Amino acid sequence: MSELNAALEHPTYNYKVVRQFAIMTVVWGIVGMLVGVLIAAQLAWPVLNFDLPWTSFGRLRPLHTNSVIFAFGGSALFATSYYVVQRTTQARLISDKLAAFTFWGWQAVIVAAAVTLPLGLTSSKEYAELEWPIDILIAVVWVSYAIVFFGTIVKRKVSHIYVANWFFGGFIVTVAVLHIINSAAMPVDMTKSYSAYAGTVDAMVQWWYGHNAVGFFLTAGFLGMMYYFVPKQAERPVYSYRLSIVHFWTLIAVYIWAGPHHLHYTALPDWAQSLGMVMSIILLAPSWGGMINGMMTLSGAWHKLRTDPILRFMVVSLSFYGMSTFEGPMMSIKTVNALSHYTDWTIGHVHSGALGWVAMISIGSLYHLIPVVFGKNRMYSIELINVHFWMSTIGTVMYIASMWVNGILQGLMWRAYNEDGTLTYTFVESLVASHPGYLVRLAGGAIFFSGMLVMAYNVYMTTRKDVAEQALPAGAAQGSHA
Amino acid sequence: MTSFWSWWVIVLTVITFVGITWILLGNRKRGEGETDKTTGHAHDGIEEYDNPLPAWWFYMFVITIVWAIGYLIIYPGMGNYPGLIGWTQIGQHEAEVEAAEARYSEMRSRYLATPVEEIAQDPAVRRMGMRLFGNNCAQCHGADGKGRYGFPNLTDDDWLYGGSPEALKATLVNGRRAAMPAWAGVLGDQGIAEATEYVLSLNGRSTDADMTAAGEGHYQMYCAACHGADAKGNYLFGAPNLTNGIWLYGGSREQIAHSLRAGRNGVMPAFGESLTEDKIHILAAYIYSLSN
Repeated sequence: MSELNAALEHPTYNYKVVRQFAIMTVVWGIVGMLVGVLIAAQLAWPVLNFDLPWTSFGRLRPLHTNSVIFAFGGSALFATSYYVVQRTTQARLISDKLAAFTFWGWQAVIVAAAVTLPLGLTSSKEYAELEWPIDILIAVVWVSYAIVFFGTIVKRKVSHIYVANWFFGGFIVTVAVLHIINSAAMPVDMTKSYSAYAGTVDAMVQWWYGHNAVGFFLTAGFLGMMYYFVPKQAERPVYSYRLSIVHFWTLIAVYIWAGPHHLHYTALPDWAQSLGMVMSIILLAPSWGGMINGMMTLSGAWHKLRTDPILRFMVVSLSFYGMSTFEGPMMSIKTVNALSHYTDWTIGHVHSGALGWVAMISIGSLYHLIPVVFGKNRMYSIELINVHFWMSTIGTVMYIASMWVNGILQGLMWRAYNEDGTLTYTFVESLVASHPGYLVRLAGGAIFFSGMLVMAYNVYMTTRKDVAEQALPAGAAQGSHA
Repeated sequence: MTSFWSWWVIVLTVITFVGITWILLGNRKRGEGETDKTTGHAHDGIEEYDNPLPAWWFYMFVITIVWAIGYLIIYPGMGNYPGLIGWTQIGQHEAEVEAAEARYSEMRSRYLATPVEEIAQDPAVRRMGMRLFGNNCAQCHGADGKGRYGFPNLTDDDWLYGGSPEALKATLVNGRRAAMPAWAGVLGDQGIAEATEYVLSLNGRSTDADMTAAGEGHYQMYCAACHGADAKGNYLFGAPNLTNGIWLYGGSREQIAHSLRAGRNGVMPAFGESLTEDKIHILAAYIYSLSN
């Protein structure tokens, strides 16, 4: 193994930690999405809860969200940010030991989550369910991550800090702040704690955290990914430097306000709801700035889409990013929210971002990165990347289209009135009407999940040292890797 | 909120608006089309053009900022400032409730003057009642009102608290709290087994005459006060009839023994707060119609 590593090791860079995180991204993607497919099936056929507490929807759902967001998405962010920060600063990570600690620490967090959530140990805060000992480990790992990342930037060998690193940096700093403030709690024993906040304040802190987990973890971090891998794969300059300046600063300034739109028409005071809503509307332009910069970077390179499925992943992810960042501001409008809130529309919106944007940009980036860090010219099979691309796209479209239909159906059924003033439908009737949508969603999710298996095979074959370069099947050339 | 926090909100909001507007306007490059000049930096081979902000995007950004300022003038948002039109969500809710009441209450209150037994015959009332039932009662009693384990069947003529219109309305308005005590401490294992045998005998299912005789003693001592000497129950306490083969918590030997050992505390929530008097009246008529 050390012999292999020596052959693969770039003279300057720490690729080992990138390889570790890249492989675990694929592994956790498969695990997290498999749990997602299972809970989607439970919604269609409740008997699949098996009448056991550990396999019930209420416990597996946080396992799904935590494993896709923090295990899959988190590992992808670690892998790409460590890769990008080294290559764009031309400096090795400041500490290999600390970088290794972030890898093993983060994996420990994930394993702890996978054990405690099915056992029913939860703080009950959405996307922040993990109990306080795990929260402390997260905080320690995250601060170490910040030291490695910013330390590397400090000793960079180029004068400018590339835009991808602004986004990674903004994501790392803000997630630390969000996590520490929202997870503040009074422990009772090792497995139980109570939030430091009460009532409406607790709800507001939770959704300030919750929406910025979307804004900084799932948006800013992945925009960092986009800003490196899209121009690199397209071999084109970034469209507009000044657009990146404007949309970076306005994105981080405005996102932090948007949380209250999760609490429309609740006990949250009117003023907070209004501010959350207007800031969400303003957020449209800063969000689209990233999409424009990514898309326009491809101008002059559109023909490459015909032959390069990796670039296809990236372009389609930007399309889904643009679509869901339009949908989000629209759903934050109180009148729209009155229809969409508490329906499957929200689930569809989340997944157009999570599958369409986050997963597809990560997958595209990994297909670019994995051959480089494993010392190969390209992935084992370009054809299989193309198969994976179509599975991901079709799966995502089936998922979000079925949830749009279900969401609007539910919203309309819940508010329908008879001539005599009684509600036209009972809740269970809306559930019966949603069943076909649940089946389509399950099929879409299963297709997306199966694509990850195709990826795992392709990655395995790429990393095998006994598969020589010339033995790779003929296919379109993958973008060159300097 | 205190005026300090009100100003805190206002100042932070204004700083954010001024900041994003400044960044937006400050980075605008006027009168230039697309360029092929790069900024001169390269990162791992990636260069950057210095293209102007797309005009449509720039104006979209400006429009959202202007719209937001307008919204915050008209609606609450800036701390304690209530907005030009004085909108509140509670005000919107009350106005909508008032409008619905104005539209529908006359139709419903028409029925209030007519006895429950009578309007229970009216298909229009039963339809209304069914919708009210579906959204308020079916979660426990089932869409068909037939109940399930722990939740009474409302379609038969067996009632815990009585099936008269008055009793139904009292149940709906105030709710019910059943209090069957736990007898394990008083009777012991042997006593529980004997009492169980006696309860089974009331339904012709006992298998042991000695145990039944001993159980009858326990029954008359501890159970008859609520369930009655004849075991036919008592609406006053919500004590069920033990002789008719209808079991809220199951009628097997073990289930009956468990009820005796551990007691039962069924809860029917009160709807007097959430449903108006005319709706209770209509709902009572629907439930009445299920068994009559």
